[in-house]
Order: sequence, then structure tokens, then C-alpha cells
Amino acid sequence: MTLLQLMFDTLLGFSLLWLAWQALTSPDLFRAIVLFIAFGLLMALTWIRLDAPDVAMAEASIGAGLTGALLLSALARLGSKNGSRAILEKKHQAGSMTENTKNQLPFRLLLMVLLLAVAAGLVYVVLTLPENIPGLGILVEENLESSGVSNPVTAVLLNYRGYDTLLELSVLLLTLLGVWSLGDMTKQHESFPGPVLSTLSRLLVPLLIMAAGYLLWVGAHAPGGAFQAGSLLGAAGVLLLLAGWRPGTRLAGLPLRISLVLGVAAFVAAGMVFILLGRQFLEYPPSFAGVLILLIEAAATLSIGITLAALFLGGRPKFSQPKFSRPKLNQPKSSQPKFRRHK
Amino acid sequence: MEILYLSIALFLLLTLVAGLWRVLQGPTSADRMLAAQLFGTTAVACVLLLAQAFEYPPLRDVALIFALLAAVAAVAFIRRAWAAEEQNDVSD
Amino acid sequence: MLVTEILSSLLLIAGAIFFLAGTVGLLRFPDVYTRLHALTKADNVGLGLVVAGLVLQAESWTVAGKLLLIWLLVLLASASIAHLVAKAARKKGIELWK
Repeated sequence: MTLLQLMFDTLLGFSLLWLAWQALTSPDLFRAIVLFIAFGLLMALTWIRLDAPDVAMAEASIGAGLTGALLLSALARLGSKNGSRAILEKKHQAGSMTENTKNQLPFRLLLMVLLLAVAAGLVYVVLTLPENIPGLGILVEENLESSGVSNPVTAVLLNYRGYDTLLELSVLLLTLLGVWSLGDMTKQHESFPGPVLSTLSRLLVPLLIMAAGYLLWVGAHAPGGAFQAGSLLGAAGVLLLLAGWRPGTRLAGLPLRISLVLGVAAFVAAGMVFILLGRQFLEYPPSFAGVLILLIEAAATLSIGITLAALFLGGRPKFSQPKFSRPKLNQPKSSQPKFRRHK
Repeated sequence: MEILYLSIALFLLLTLVAGLWRVLQGPTSADRMLAAQLFGTTAVACVLLLAQAFEYPPLRDVALIFALLAAVAAVAFIRRAWAAEEQNDVSD
Repeated sequence: MLVTEILSSLLLIAGAIFFLAGTVGLLRFPDVYTRLHALTKADNVGLGLVVAGLVLQAESWTVAGKLLLIWLLVLLASASIAHLVAKAARKKGIELWK
């Protein structure tokens, strides 16, 4: 039993390292992406072996599923005209120039020395750690009752260290703002999805939404929670976008923006209300904590899901400015998705 | 029984690692993506076996997530990456 | 008890053999279309047999249902992907192996 576990872990560990190296050094970008997806799968297995199922769930959905789709879509943009290969070849040519390499050599050596120093420092720290440190686990266990949930991970993320999660949500929002500041959504001529893909998305999207609700609910007492649920919602959005659906111009304005900031807004609002009642920021009274955490997580799930899907869209979607004049009756509807049949 | 579960999980992991050869070799992008698809299924089976071996039910939810997202990356490949690839890339 | 254990062991081992067959097919078959064929064996039968073996050991009907749901989801994904990949490959003009 223990021998088998040891063999499993050794194989897992070495394949992870090998995959990471291969993905980083692969000259073919597409191959690197597939290796990265495989890396995500093995990483999720590793988190399971490290007894962290919450992280394994996040890795399974974000690492292996969503990031893979995002990278493939980015590669499609790179490769559409100039070709990723052309870009890489240019880089390669620049790298193979002898003068360039000569100039870079001292810099590279310096970098290597610095990196080795950091690595040596880390190894030293790990080796000098006291063997039996109790950690914060006991503290979490002791106060679990007043946190409102019975899953220690959710208790840490949403109650004890609410700041961290609030900032994480803000980071996600900032990422989207960064992407949007680069410009509008590019027009992609999506070909007709065909019967198989539309059936697949019609079957999977409701299931994904349902599973997101399940993970959100189960997060209070078992592995799961807002980030895992949100990533499933995001996957539903990505699948819809890949099947040719686009947010209507009316939807892409204020409704989209409100749902994007809902998570952060609910978190901050919950924190502020209790300041007014004489408590600290983000300090919940134990009797409310369970309900409050569920509400915040529900809002966060929606925002995370929509943010991830919006990131996949890769640009600010066009929206109609609110007009004060009445729209003409004969105007053709522009909000319906248009497909172009592939010839 | 635990020994059987774990040995089959180990065996599945071995087949996954062997399948990586196809990712490295190609020749077309579709071959590489198909290998990734197989890895997804293998990982699902592996996680289910681990859940049974360690008698830890939440792991089945990890497998559920794997199964739900099995199609997403491959659909992105077919709709975006492969569609954008130029014709001459396929022949080599 | 013993009968179900033997039966589920046999199912699990059979499932593992199909996974092996899928991988060997992926490595050895000559073109995309034949490799697709190898792949679906692992997805459909391999995972199916492993799930069947685990269902026999499941502690409740809910667990058995979840296991079956996982299998059906993988089936749906792999069948659709196989179709889409094959269709796209035909459209791209990848030759059939003869």
C-alpha cells in the first residue's frame, strides 16, 4: 500500500517536472499548450495526493479546462495571419545572431547566479524548518464553530482571511479592465456551429450551471466554493461563446458591468455594514456568518463566472449607448446572433 | 481491495505518461489534442479510483469537474486554433 | 460480499486493459481517424468498466448515480469531440490511411 503510494507519487512528481520543462522549451506553441493542459491534469492529481481537494477542483477547472481554451484561442489569434511560426522564427533568428548572444552572455550568467542563490536560500529555509510545527490548523479547528461554515477552507477564505479573497476578486476584475482597456472585441466570423456542437452546448451548459450551484452550496461543509463554482459558470460561458453565441448589445452594457462588480461590491458592502454596527471591517457576527458567507459567495460566483467568460471574449463587447429618442419601429434587431454558413 | 485500486490508478498514470509521446510526436495538431482528450478520461478514472482507495468521497466531485470540462479545451481547439492554422501546417 | 468484490476486481482490470489498448492505439495507429477509433475505446468501454466496477462497491445509490453521471458526461464529451475532430480533419483535407 505505502510502496504503491510512493511509486504513484514519484511518477507523478517526475512527470510534472518533465512536463513543465517540455512545455517551456517547446518550439511549437501548440504543442506547448497541449503539454500545459496535461500538466494541469497531473497538477490536479498532485493536489489530491497532497490532501487539498479544494485546490484540486480549482486546478481541474481552471488549469486544465479554461486556461487551455484561453491559450488555444490566443494562439488562434496569433496564428491567423502571420502565423505563430513566423513570430517564433523571427525570434529564433534574433537569438541566433552571434553578436546578440555575446552581449547577453554576462547578463545571463548574472541571472543564473542570482537564481541559484534564491534556490539555495529556499532549500536552506526548507531544511531548517522545525519538524513538528503545529501551524495554524489547530487555531482554525478551534474557532470553526463561530465561522458559520464547517469546511475549514471556506472558513479561512471567507471569514478569517476575508481580505485575501476580497483582493483576489479585485485582481480578477482588474485583469478584465486591463484586457478591456486594450480595445474593443475583434469581429470574428464564427462559422455555423453545426448540430453536434449546438447539441453539446445545449446539454452541457445547463449541467454546468447546476453543478456550479451544487459546488457553491456544498462549499459550506465540504470541498467546493465560490471559485470552483465560478469557474464552472465561466466554462459554461466559454462553451456558449465557442458555439457562436454573443452577448446582445443591450446585455453588454450596464447589466454586464453590474454583474462583473457584484462579487466585490457584495463583499465590501457586507464588511461596511458591520463597521456601522461597531465591529471591524469584514468581521461577521457568528449568528449571521453562515448566511452572509453564502450570500457573498453567491455574488462572487456570478461575478467570477462572468469575468472569466468575458476574458475569453478577449475585448470590450460592443454595447448600445442609452438613447433618449425612441427607437424606430422598423429597425432590424441587431442583438440576435448571426451565423455565417461555412462554405 | 485498496491495493487493487491503487495499482490500477498507478497503471492508468503510466498509460498517461506513455501517451505523452504522441503529444511530442504529433504529427498534426489534432493528434496532440486527441492525446489530451484521452488524458482527461484517464484522469477521471484515476481520481475515481483514488476516491475509492482512500475512502474520501469529495474526490468524486473533482472527477465530476473533470468530466464536465472534458469538452471545453477540445471545442476551443476545433473552433479556434485549428481553424486558424494554415493549410500547409497540416501536411508536415 | 466476496462475489461482488471478485466481480468488481474483474471489471476494474478489464477497464485498465481497455485503457492500455486505447493508449497503444494512440501510439501505434497510422493516422488521425484510426487514432480516434482507438481513443473512443478507452473513453467508452475503459471508463465504463472502471465505473461499473466502482458502482458495485458504492456505499449508496447517490454515489452510484454520481459515478454513472460522470461516465455519461465523459461519453457525451468524447463522442462529440470525436465527431468534430473527424469532420474538421476531413474538411482540412487530411488523407485517409490506406
